Amino acid sequence: MGQRIVIDPVTRIEGHAKISIHLDEAGDVAETRFHVTEFRGFERFCIGRPFWEMPGITARICGICPVSHLLASARAGDGLLAVQIPPAAEKLRRLMNLGQIIQSHALSFFHLSGPDLMLGFDSDPAQRNVFGLIAADPNLARNGIRLRQFGQEVIELLGGRKIHPAWAVPGGVRNGLSQSGRDQIRAKLPEMLTIALDAIGRLKQLTERYQREIATFGVFPSLYLGMVGPGGRWMHYGGKLRVIDHTGKILIDELDPIDYRDVIGEAVEPWSYLKFPYIRALGYPGGMYRVGPLARINVCTTMGATRADTELRELREQAGPVIEGSFYYHHARLIEIIAALERMEMLIEDDDLLSNELRADAGVNRREAVGVSEAPRGTLFHHYKVDDKGLITDVNLIIATGQNNLAINRTVGQIAQSYIRNGQFDQGILNRIEAGVRAYDPCLSCSTHAVGQMAMEVELYDAQGELLDRVSR
Amino acid sequence: MAAKTLTIDGHLVSARPGETLLAAIREAGITVPTLCHLDGLSDVGACRLCLVEIEGQRRLQPACMTMVSEGMVVHTNTPRLQSYRRQIIELLFAERNHVCAVCVASGHCELQRLAGMVGMDHVRYEYLSPNCPVDISHPRFGIDHNRCVLCTRCVRACDEIEGVHTWDVAGRGVNAHVITDLNQPWGASTTCTSCGKCQLACPTGAIFPRGVTVGERPHASERIALIVEARKQRW
Ligand code: SF4
Ligand code: SF4
Ligand code: FES
Repeated sequence: MGQRIVIDPVTRIEGHAKISIHLDEAGDVAETRFHVTEFRGFERFCIGRPFWEMPGITARICGICPVSHLLASARAGDGLLAVQIPPAAEKLRRLMNLGQIIQSHALSFFHLSGPDLMLGFDSDPAQRNVFGLIAADPNLARNGIRLRQFGQEVIELLGGRKIHPAWAVPGGVRNGLSQSGRDQIRAKLPEMLTIALDAIGRLKQLTERYQREIATFGVFPSLYLGMVGPGGRWMHYGGKLRVIDHTGKILIDELDPIDYRDVIGEAVEPWSYLKFPYIRALGYPGGMYRVGPLARINVCTTMGATRADTELRELREQAGPVIEGSFYYHHARLIEIIAALERMEMLIEDDDLLSNELRADAGVNRREAVGVSEAPRGTLFHHYKVDDKGLITDVNLIIATGQNNLAINRTVGQIAQSYIRNGQFDQGILNRIEAGVRAYDPCLSCSTHAVGQMAMEVELYDAQGELLDRVSR
Repeated sequence: MAAKTLTIDGHLVSARPGETLLAAIREAGITVPTLCHLDGLSDVGACRLCLVEIEGQRRLQPACMTMVSEGMVVHTNTPRLQSYRRQIIELLFAERNHVCAVCVASGHCELQRLAGMVGMDHVRYEYLSPNCPVDISHPRFGIDHNRCVLCTRCVRACDEIEGVHTWDVAGRGVNAHVITDLNQPWGASTTCTSCGKCQLACPTGAIFPRGVTVGERPHASERIALIVEARKQRW
């Protein structure tokens, strides 16, 4: 005998997911599951295609973070050509990824999570959306829009609106940055930094108010995986991978993406279409790890950017050397926005950016390659195998939400356990579960390679398997 | 020989004897959709997009294959023709796998342009979704049969202009497909001179330069006519 709760749909995330909560005899939480119910065999669709087309094809998997797929795919393509791409192309790709991180994090923080954070989890659901936020705090809402627009502008200055799906290509990029584009970015950076620093100030003021959420949203030991650059600096493109444990001990360092299979295993569960990656050394499911903003600020030694480092130090003093709760994903996003803006400040002065040498030309020189980029949501792997002519024979994609899958499950369980007692619960709990999931900014349409709307529902079942309640919006 | 006078869409037009109706229509400044026709190559009347109504004839005639004659009264854009043209384009899309969003020719493709021209907003036929191969064994070019519309422009360009006849058509009906030499991989062809005229002639993204990415294949079919003209004039 037991009860079961299912949340459906979690609004404001994309894709389709379902959460079920099973209660035991006493009405306490026995088990929770975060299911993803849509699937399209995307990998299969790529078999037989020339690998040069892969950036364009994979950028279409997801309308939310096409840039991340584009970059991971182009990088895998570089590997198949076995070329070192021109320095300008490498830097321009980096610039675009910074733009992508900024725009995606701005959307997640200001528009998707902002209403919960600023208006409160127990506020009127009819108001707890971006319009409610605009009414309550027009300045913050406007800043969020400006920041997001800036990130998008950087992407557009490089990729253009139309050709965007295939700007980065195996061997380099298709277009450079114009002098005027560079001036445009440079001119806006100071204002954007002010906005980001202001936002993190606002978030820090809220810590007091959300003590309970901070203590219950995904606070459990796990491993963290992310990319770092030389000296352990925060890195989002072109670095090596690092895995740390919950004490901050570095378990794996300097991992070349091509060797990811030595380190990462992928388990399959019958109740979810997402794969469940885990760190092999610790087995399944003990090798659960998290990726994304929180993981990246945990694995890096420094942010490699002054103001971001100040914020990171402060957060580490407050939350410990390894920041554990998924509530801190919000802090991590803002720190990353600041770091991205600072990195952009440095990068934008580099004259290589204006070069016309953008693309290395070569044939198939390797039959297998892995491209990795840090997507806003976490480390993204594209692994391709090709025949001697360059036709794809095998594809494996590991996306952020898949890697966070185990942790999202754990988080849901933890929030449910903390807020449901003796079968008693109210709407606010379901909002928190939803928010706990949203802290990871899951992009389910991409993780299941499905196109369309994400819907999520939470269902609560009793010990007999009878549906007690269901929330779906 | 005296010029022929005919009426096209209500306008009196004079044409040279031996000229095709398509040429006369174009000289009159009227646009008729075409696909298998390419200036500089012989005509085969395969795609049927240029069908027109000729008064006194029960059957529709392909303008590219019909010679002008004295007193002809021609209609190029009747509702019936519009409807047929749209059906033809829809059938072409339904027959193979055209995913424009990720196609190398997107934005520079005749089929795509024609779809816009005939007002195709969706396809009413069931997609056949065949499993077509991609051959990129040639060092410079590739052919993706998913995007081939069987216009045979490549076959004619290779035969009539380059003169080596590497390309041909094999199979019938829905199984028809273009082949190189005796159905060998293109890269193994002993006749292909790698001149690239087939690629120039191809209206879609079916033949493409190796290594191009989405929307990157230029459309340059008009260069076929240029080559023909240059040869004739010994430029
Ligand atoms: S060949 Fe033309 S119609 Fe076909 S997919 Fe490519 S762009 Fe679209
Ligand atoms: S390959 Fe191109 S030119 Fe040749 S028949 Fe097919 S569509 Fe026409
Ligand atoms: S152009 Fe006349 S039949 Fe194709």
